[in-house]
Amino acid sequence: MSLTPDEVRHIALLARLGISDEDVERFSGQLSSILDYFEELKQVDTDGVPPTAYALDLHNVLRADETMPCTDHADILANAPVQENGYFRVRAVLEE
Amino acid sequence: MTDDVLRLTMHEAADLLRQGKVSSVELTQATFERIRAVNEQVNAFITESEEQALAQAARADQRIADGDANPLTGIPAGIKDAIVTKGVRTTAGSRILEPFVPVYDANVITLLNEAGFVMVGKTNMDEFAMGSSGENSAYGATHNPWALDRVPGGSSAGSAAAVASSMAYWALGSDTGGSVRQPGALSGVVGLKPTYGRVSRYGLIAFGSSLDQIGTLTRSVRDAATVLQAIAGQDQRDSTSVPIEVPDYNASIGDGVKGLRVGVPREYFVEGMDSDVREAVEKAIAQLEGLGAEIDTDVSLPSTGHALSVYYIIAPSEASANLARYDGVKYGFSYDEGGSMWADMEGTRQHGFGEEVKRRIMIGTYALSTGYYDAYYVKAQKVRTLIRREFDAAFEKHDVLVAPVTPTAAFKIGEKTDDPLRMYLNDVLTIPVSIAGLPGISVPCGFTTADDGARLPIGLQVIARPFDEATMFRVAHAYEQSTTWHDEFPPL
Repeated sequence: MSLTPDEVRHIALLARLGISDEDVERFSGQLSSILDYFEELKQVDTDGVPPTAYALDLHNVLRADETMPCTDHADILANAPVQENGYFRVRAVLEE
Repeated sequence: MTDDVLRLTMHEAADLLRQGKVSSVELTQATFERIRAVNEQVNAFITESEEQALAQAARADQRIADGDANPLTGIPAGIKDAIVTKGVRTTAGSRILEPFVPVYDANVITLLNEAGFVMVGKTNMDEFAMGSSGENSAYGATHNPWALDRVPGGSSAGSAAAVASSMAYWALGSDTGGSVRQPGALSGVVGLKPTYGRVSRYGLIAFGSSLDQIGTLTRSVRDAATVLQAIAGQDQRDSTSVPIEVPDYNASIGDGVKGLRVGVPREYFVEGMDSDVREAVEKAIAQLEGLGAEIDTDVSLPSTGHALSVYYIIAPSEASANLARYDGVKYGFSYDEGGSMWADMEGTRQHGFGEEVKRRIMIGTYALSTGYYDAYYVKAQKVRTLIRREFDAAFEKHDVLVAPVTPTAAFKIGEKTDDPLRMYLNDVLTIPVSIAGLPGISVPCGFTTADDGARLPIGLQVIARPFDEATMFRVAHAYEQSTTWHDEFPPL
């Protein structure tokens, strides 16, 4: 299993990770050898075996629907990289 | 005050506090003196919180005077920087969270505050808990107090190193694939990972949500049991925390191992294992037999060898989703070069995440992508079922399983950083327990002398049925109390 540089760039795009040419080079080698290692799973017979998402047998956990205090607006905004008039400021989503 | 006081277990220090022989403020001041003396060499903390710690200590002294103390009250502890602390910067070892100050406390912090603990600071870690050596931190590698040119294990590197070098009496860590047990073993302290669902994950910065569990690093098994007692239990803010009773661990911890059925899975004595590690673990097993345990070495968990692949598909897949939230908009580092929304978001993640985190996001994104989802993610989930079933079968005949924690003792800083796959192999003996959601504990069981003369700790792993930490503590405590490994301290 070998990942081409274009495939590495595509995965980085899906993950919204900026990637340098140098990283593309290094990651394609490293990710390929990791994926090669995973090939060993193919030997395992899993016919009829259900997948496990997590180790607990809990389903549909419910709690009482009660009002609770929530975090202060100003406290949350204090961590914002850029804020304006009590809102998070974001880059333009629609470009001209 | 002498350094000897800083080497006590949490319980021993708590006894001194109750007897009025020392105050929490004095213990806290001594701890910070120790931090100033050795932390430059160890780098166990990302953020120290001395002012808050002294205020907590003063309040603890009042509680002790009022007769309202428990064994945690007034004892200085470290908290892994993956656990959010209101008003105290929390980075998860990442540059992307460098300026982040949480606006709420993790559930475990709320509980520890109720118990009156003292937080000395936030401990260093592999970025987002992705690593087995402590080297993947944006704030520099943590050094092993037993040999400063070696790794302390990871990802709860600073927590293990701080406890080992008397900069905290105990610490919280988190364990996704071995991140508490492995540094516990490599740093010569007790590392506890509770059953998945035993401790609320509310406020634990998410890595692999089906695997993550908060655990402890302590100087004794009894301390581990006592801290777990304080932080365990259902919390409505984590729907995977389980509504079952938390037993009184210390009530049964001294019950001994007589008649307990102890299984030794043969697949855990892997090829390439260091002979000293093998020997130390075999001696520990013989010691348990001498204490009255029934040892069965004819135990097989045949899918053990597949656990590494399963983990390195499932954990990065979950991580790639969990880490999507770091976009530079709401908090943390934000790349702003006046580019488009996408360009700046990609820049935020390119410059905010370190190399291993990027690698895992890429693996996870690939494994979840169209056309590969069934071959990787679903296949791994199916093998996960087989691994869990094999443990279930073993626990029909055995009360606990014992095994090594790691194939080797601590390795040199920089030795494995260029070869991610070789680094992943460190986790081969801790990952299966995480995949199955079981409780596991690492207890010091000896030392090995490396080629360069360094004396390095070795750990014994005790694994129990889901939610049966009580039996695990009995075995670990009985073994620990019959040895003197925990009386040894690093030269630092």
